Amino acid sequence: MIGERFDAIVVGAGPSGNAAAYTMAKEGLKVLQLERGEYPGSKNVQGAILYADALEKIIPDFREDAPLERHVIEQRLWTMDDTSYVGMHYRSEDFNEEKPNRYTIIRAQFDKWFSGKVREAGAVLLCETTVTELLRDTQGRVIGVRTDRDGGTAFADVVILGEGVNGLVGQRSGLRPELKPDSVALAVKEMHFLPREVIESRFNLKGNEGVVIEAMGTITDGMTGTAFLYTNQESISVGIGCIVSDLVDSDRTPYGLLEAFKRHPSVRPLLENSECKEYAAHLIPEGGFNAMPDLYGDGWIVVGDAGQFVNAVHREGSNLAMTTGRIAGETVVWLKRRREELSKANLAEYQRRLEDTFVMKDLKKYRKIPAFLHNNKHVFGLYPKLISAAAQTWFRVDGVDKRTKEKQIFKALRQGRTLPGLIGDAVKLARSWR
Amino acid sequence: MHIVVCMKQVPDSAQIRVHPVTNTIMRQGVPTIINPYDLFALEEALRLRDRLGGEVTVLTMGPPMAEESLRKALTFGADRAVLLTDRFFAGSDTLATSFALAAALAKIGQEFGVPPIVFTGKQTIDGDTAQVGPGIAKRLGLNQLTYVAKIADLDPTAGTITVERRAEGGVQVLSTRLPVLVTMLEGVNEIRRGSLDDAYRAARATIVKWTAADAGITDLGKCGLRGSPTIVKKVFAPQARAEKVRQVPTADVSTEALAASVMAEIFKCQPALEGELMRFSAGP
Repeated sequence: MIGERFDAIVVGAGPSGNAAAYTMAKEGLKVLQLERGEYPGSKNVQGAILYADALEKIIPDFREDAPLERHVIEQRLWTMDDTSYVGMHYRSEDFNEEKPNRYTIIRAQFDKWFSGKVREAGAVLLCETTVTELLRDTQGRVIGVRTDRDGGTAFADVVILGEGVNGLVGQRSGLRPELKPDSVALAVKEMHFLPREVIESRFNLKGNEGVVIEAMGTITDGMTGTAFLYTNQESISVGIGCIVSDLVDSDRTPYGLLEAFKRHPSVRPLLENSECKEYAAHLIPEGGFNAMPDLYGDGWIVVGDAGQFVNAVHREGSNLAMTTGRIAGETVVWLKRRREELSKANLAEYQRRLEDTFVMKDLKKYRKIPAFLHNNKHVFGLYPKLISAAAQTWFRVDGVDKRTKEKQIFKALRQGRTLPGLIGDAVKLARSWR
Repeated sequence: MHIVVCMKQVPDSAQIRVHPVTNTIMRQGVPTIINPYDLFALEEALRLRDRLGGEVTVLTMGPPMAEESLRKALTFGADRAVLLTDRFFAGSDTLATSFALAAALAKIGQEFGVPPIVFTGKQTIDGDTAQVGPGIAKRLGLNQLTYVAKIADLDPTAGTITVERRAEGGVQVLSTRLPVLVTMLEGVNEIRRGSLDDAYRAARATIVKWTAADAGITDLGKCGLRGSPTIVKKVFAPQARAEKVRQVPTADVSTEALAASVMAEIFKCQPALEGELMRFSAGP
């Protein structure tokens, strides 16, 4: 077989693939990156929040030219019933710092920028080029890839698979099983355009300040899922996602849920008079630690969504993708410098390094959460209703004395869920959270 | 044989919108593509090259970001790309554009060999004028063959070309002498998918970038806005003409009853139609 030889081939030009390709190319490795989309970012969908820390460790001065929308100064967490929300809002002037911690971004623009950096670092990027299979030698070692172009084989010491949530190359090559419906969420998202002054007055912002809303409750109709609303400079990203197996069992459609969320009396005024210009849908791997496939083998490494690197509880994914990509890249550079073979035994270093980072620590910490949420649907229906009703009882002034109100609240709670039920849920949550 | 294809990077018209208040085209976030008609020209050029040997150079005038579409043309299999870019070209109409491109083509002739054939698409999807190709031909003294559906014969030694040109009411078979400028009609071929080697070459290629001065242009008064006598007096979005789907409620679901209620609804919208149909069905 003929084909050009590289030090590493990276499959995919999303955050994980770009992080890996950049890290290796910057250190002088000969890197080929293959992307099936028309341009990097054309297939990618995210809310999207950029966590500065993960990118800073790759490109320290990214703020100079990366296309950033707003830095987040306020986080709102809502639990919602059909007419209300109970919110916890945290807003701080401290987030107006010289190097802000979180930004809203538009992925199509951001991914193009990131990819530009990868190419500047010296990697060869080929778009509209789909990897169809991994090439192996007689011992089963991965030695390269076959693409869908004529004369389409390329060889490398290692193939880094950053092919995203539904990574068909890895699945087809038997590196990992197909996605399971209960460990993947389907999220839909719309971009609503509004003049920036309108966004700033509606959300009480100035300059490039931004607000992030994460919401859960009856909006998912009892299914495990959350909704979000993020402010960009001249648009609002609004979306909702639920676990696929829940959607399959329900009669609700993702876009139907999104329509209902947008119509919610607490959300509607925020989007009023906006113009929807984009509609997107994407899968999110939310199975957590227990759904994680093998992360490396002879001549290959998995990074990003393909490895289920998502912390669903904290809505973090792209930072895990960038971090796993970076560490995969650093591991390869380290092994190449030592003239070591990129064998399974040596690539175990990748996982060892990951264990020392927040990536593995967080995923391990929350390993029981997916199952807890799967088995405790009250979290998405009953509890938000009870919390909202309690708040209303508490705040409504109607001649009822406060002691009676307290009694009413506890009575409503116990009617909704028995005392052992309440305690059991609390204990289970605490156990899963530990 | 050296063939040059002139192409243009245009906003994807499927995704373009006009601002409801200012009536200006909203370009923000609109993806750009190679003018689709130019891809038929490019594929025809690549086929001639594959048959007769030689090189295909793609040429475009535009902002620095037009490099993307040139790189894409290289991925399809073009051998060389030239980007004519200079702020003096901003605001060019078809007269100024053909002036600049003609100068660049002359320069390409000096640098990389005089092309006996220059291709363009029949028109662009943003300007829709179909004037730039003929303008280039006139300025360079090339014979021009427009709306070409097929290159029936090409003899570089004899310096002759025969093409089929689609015209109203039929197909014209035209022969002329090289050098020529050919504008290709849509749908006559399908752009190829470049090989992995083409993709490598495109990713690694250095795009030739020329300013007005590089292209040997001295009379900047003929470039850009200054060289463009065309004045845009007004821009407006046409009213959508399509009628909305109308549902016709009916209690009786027999075929005849359904047909009758649909016809009644149609006649209600188009009263003239009823009389005509009645006359038609009554016979002479």
